[in-house]
Amino acid sequence: MKRLIRLRVNGEPVETAVPANRTLLELLRDDLGLTGAKEGCGEGDCGACTVLLDGLPVSSCLVLALQAEGREVLTVEGLAQDGQLDLLQQAFVEEGGVQCGFCTPGMLLAAKSLLDAKPNPSEAEIRAAISGNLCRCTGYQKIVESVRRAADLRRAARRGP
Amino acid sequence: MKRDFQVLGGRAPRVDAGDKVTGQALYAADLKRPGMLFGALAHSPVAHARIVGVNADRARSLPGVKAVLLGADVPQVRFGVSPARYDETVLALDRVRYAGDEVAAVAAVDPDTALAAAGLVEVEYEELPAVLDASAALLPGAPQIHDMYPGNICAEVHQEFGDVAQARAQAEVVRRDVFTSKMQSGAFLEPQCALAEFDHAGRLTLWSATQTPHYVQRTLAMVLGLPEHRVRVVMPRVGGGFGPKASASSMEIATCLLARATGKPVKTLFSREQVFLHGRGRHQFRHEMETGIRRDGTLVFLEHRAILDGGAFASFGIATVYYAGSLLAGPYRLPNMKYDGWRVVTNKPACGAQRGHGAVHARALFEQQLDLLAEEIGMDPFELRLKNVMQAGDVTCNELNMSSLGMRECLEAVRSDCGWDEKRRQGRRPGRGIGMACGFFVSGAGYPIYRSRTPHCTVRVRLDENGGGVQVLSGAAEIGQGSDTMLATITAEALGIPLDHVTVRSGDTDLALDLGAYSSRTTLMTGSAAKEAAESVLRQIQEALARATGEPAGDFSFVRGLLHLRGLPHCVEAIRAEFQKERRGYSGLPAEGPLTFREASRFAFLERGLITGAGQYRPPPLGGGFKGAAVGTSPAYGCSAQVAEVEVDLETGQVKVLRITGAHDCGQAVNRTQVEGQMHGSMSMGLGEALTEQVLFDARGRILNPNFSDYKIPTALDAPELRALIVDSHEPNGPFGAKEVGEGGIMPTIPAVLNAIRDATGAVIDELPATPERVLAAIRKLGRHGPAR
Repeated sequence: MKRLIRLRVNGEPVETAVPANRTLLELLRDDLGLTGAKEGCGEGDCGACTVLLDGLPVSSCLVLALQAEGREVLTVEGLAQDGQLDLLQQAFVEEGGVQCGFCTPGMLLAAKSLLDAKPNPSEAEIRAAISGNLCRCTGYQKIVESVRRAADLRRAARRGP
Repeated sequence: MKRDFQVLGGRAPRVDAGDKVTGQALYAADLKRPGMLFGALAHSPVAHARIVGVNADRARSLPGVKAVLLGADVPQVRFGVSPARYDETVLALDRVRYAGDEVAAVAAVDPDTALAAAGLVEVEYEELPAVLDASAALLPGAPQIHDMYPGNICAEVHQEFGDVAQARAQAEVVRRDVFTSKMQSGAFLEPQCALAEFDHAGRLTLWSATQTPHYVQRTLAMVLGLPEHRVRVVMPRVGGGFGPKASASSMEIATCLLARATGKPVKTLFSREQVFLHGRGRHQFRHEMETGIRRDGTLVFLEHRAILDGGAFASFGIATVYYAGSLLAGPYRLPNMKYDGWRVVTNKPACGAQRGHGAVHARALFEQQLDLLAEEIGMDPFELRLKNVMQAGDVTCNELNMSSLGMRECLEAVRSDCGWDEKRRQGRRPGRGIGMACGFFVSGAGYPIYRSRTPHCTVRVRLDENGGGVQVLSGAAEIGQGSDTMLATITAEALGIPLDHVTVRSGDTDLALDLGAYSSRTTLMTGSAAKEAAESVLRQIQEALARATGEPAGDFSFVRGLLHLRGLPHCVEAIRAEFQKERRGYSGLPAEGPLTFREASRFAFLERGLITGAGQYRPPPLGGGFKGAAVGTSPAYGCSAQVAEVEVDLETGQVKVLRITGAHDCGQAVNRTQVEGQMHGSMSMGLGEALTEQVLFDARGRILNPNFSDYKIPTALDAPELRALIVDSHEPNGPFGAKEVGEGGIMPTIPAVLNAIRDATGAVIDELPATPERVLAAIRKLGRHGPAR
C-alpha cells in the first residue's frame, strides 16, 4: 500500500506516493531521477548515499522515504546555483578531491553540513565529519585539503571583495 | 632532462571533475533504457557440491518474472582470463566450487521481484568435501576441484637466475623468513553493474562497470557466439576498479543472455555482499625467503618459495604467481635469484589482480628482510638500499630493462623530507617507530592476455570541422585514475593548445582498441598513441598552412593555441577574413594578433578536408627467452620509496600510523595533482592491507565479513597525513618521458609500516594484516625469546 508524502527536495516541493518500505535513496534515484546519491553498500557503512535531511547528513539508504515527510532534502544536484558550482564543489575540483567520483556527492554533503555549522574547522574536525564517508581512491588527503580550501573560500566570500 | 611544457606537468583540474561534483556523471547503476528489466543471480550457499537437481518452477511462476536461466540454458563455453586456463562457465551445470558460485540468473520487472525469484530457484546439492586452504589443497588425496588442475595446482613457476647455490656460499649473513597473508578485497566504492541491450539488428551493447572493455567484448563474443563487431562494450563513469574489475564476469555475460532471452534491456547490480562473493582481489600468499648479503651490505642472493591460494578459478592467477617472483629482481642489483611458486585452487571466491598484482606481499617480506639484515651488520636501512640500488640502464637478472629509474632520488627525497637521520639519531623510543621500504612496478604489461601481435591500443585524434575543437577517441578505461585527463593533456601538449580545446571520448569498444586499465599501462601506452595521433594532426595543419603561404611546414607551431611562426605571417589576414566571413552574426571572434588554432584548423579543413590523426602503441619485443619471461616485462618501470611513522600501544597492540612520506619516480609527471592522488591512494590501500583488511571465512568456506562494517578499509580518521613527493625523471619509452604511478606506489607501504612497527616494538610481524591481536602476540613472543633484532 502506498502513502502520499510531501517534502522539499533541493528547494522544490515534491508530492509523491511511496510504499512503506521505500528508502529515501530509492525515492531520490528511482522516482525523482536524482542519481547523484550513490549506493555503495546499502547498509549504511559507506556514506556514498549521504544527503542532507534538514541540514544534517543521513545515509539515505537507511532512511525510509516516509521519514522525509514534511522535511527538506538536499542532494548533490542542489548544490550548484544558477549553473555556478558552489565553493565546496569548486574546491574539490581545484584541489584534486575527486578521483573516481563515486564517494564525491556524499562527501560534499557531509562537508557542507560541517562548514555550515563550523566555518573554520580544524583538520581533526574535518576528518571526523567525513569519517562516515569511505573513499578508496584518495586516501582522504586531498579531500581534507579540499574541505579546508572551501572553508577559506567561504570565509573570504563572506568578507566580501 | 628538463623541458618547458605548456600544459603538461601542471595542476589542471581533471576533465571529468565538474560532472562528478554535480551528480551529472552517470555510472552504470544510474542508466535506464526503455522497457528495462532487472537481473539477479542465485548463488550456491555451499563451498563444494554436486548439483543433483534444479527446479525453477516456483521462480518462473512468480508474477513479474520474465526469464529464469539455469546452467542447462546457457552456453557451456569456458572462459576466464588466460586462454590456457579458461575454467569458468556462466552458470554452474553440475558442480559448484565455492559458496557464491552462480547457479541461476533471473530477469524481472523490478529488482525486488528479480531477487525474490532468484531466492525461489531450488537447487539440490550433494555436498563434497571442500578444500579451504592452499596447504590442504596440496596434500595427497585432497579433493580435486577441477579436472584440469591435477593436485589442485593451477600454475607453477620454477626459475633460477645466476647460481644461488654458489652465491649462498659467498654470503656472509643469511636470513630465512616466512610471511603469510589473507585474501583481500579491492573494496572499490562502486559495486559492479551491467546493462545489456540488443538492438533490432541483433547487435549487443553492454554498459558495464568494467576496467577492461576490450577483454569483456572478446569474452562476450566467444561465449555468445557472435563476431566481435556485433558486440559493443561501453564504460559509463566507473567508481574505482583497482584490478578486480579487469575481467569479464558471469554477471556481465548472464545479463547479456537475459537480454537475449527476453528481448528487453536488462540491468544487473551487485550488492556489496556479491562484490565480495565475486572476489578477484588480492590472493592469499605464503612467502618463504632466504636472502643473503655480504658484511658490506652487498646483496648476494634470494631464494624464494611462494604458495598462492587463488580460490576456485584461475582468473589472473598465472600472471600473479609469475609477478610474485619476477618483480623482486629490482630495484636492487640482485645477481642470483631462485623462485618456485605454486598457484593453488581452493573452494573460495577466485582471487585475481589487485593494485600491485602479485608483487605486493612478496615485497612486504623482502623489504622486512633487508631491514633485518641491515640491522645485523649495523647498517642504516637507507644505506643498505643505496648500496644496492639499480640505476637507469641497468638490467635485472631476469632481463627487465630499467630504461629510467630514479630509485636513488626517491630514497634521498623521502630521507630528507621526513627527517630520517635526526629521528633515527634520537634513538628508539618504546611505542614509537619509523620504518622505510622501496618498490618498483611495471609501466604496462609487455604482452596482452591472449597471444597476439595486436597493438595494445589505438587512438584517433579528430579535428572538429568547424575549427578549434579536438576530439580524442580512445578505448582507454577511465576508472577514476585520471586517464581521460592524461589523454587530454598529452594531446593538448602535442598540438600546443589549451586543455579546454580538447574533448576525450573513451571506454567504448566502438571508438578504438585498448587493452584496458591494468598493469599501470595507460599513460605510457595509450598516451604514446595519443601523442602520435596528435602529432599527425599537427603535421596536416602545418602542411595546409605551408602550401598556402609557401613557408616551410616546420615553421608553423602553436603556443597556447596561437600560431607561432618563424618569418612573416603573410597568410593571417586572408585566413582570418575568410573565417570571419563564414561567421556573420557571431560575437567574440578573433580580430587581431596571431592566428588562433581555431582559425588555422578551420583553414586546414577547408584546404584538405577531414583531418584525423591515427596513433597506436605496441611494445617492442621484451624480455628473455626463458619460460615465463613475458610476465614482468614492460617498456618502463616506475619506482618508489616510503617512510612510515607509527605509534604502537604496547599494552593492546593497536597501531596508529602517524604519517607516510612517499616519493615516486613517474618519469615526467603529466598532471602533478593526479600523480599525488595516485600515490595517496596507493598508500592508503597499502595501509588498510597492512593493518586491517582481511576476508574471513567460516569453517564451511562462507565469507564472514562481506561488508564495510567488518571488512575495514581506512576511514578519514584512520588515514594519516600522506606526503607525496614527485621525482621527475625522463623515460625514453614514454610519451613526453612519462611512465606509471597507478600501482607502484603501493609496493613500499606495507613493509614500511611493518618495519616501523618493529622499530617501535622489536617484534617481527609475520602475518598480514597486523591486527592488534597479532601485534600483541608478536610482542609477547619477544618477552619469552628476547628481541628478534
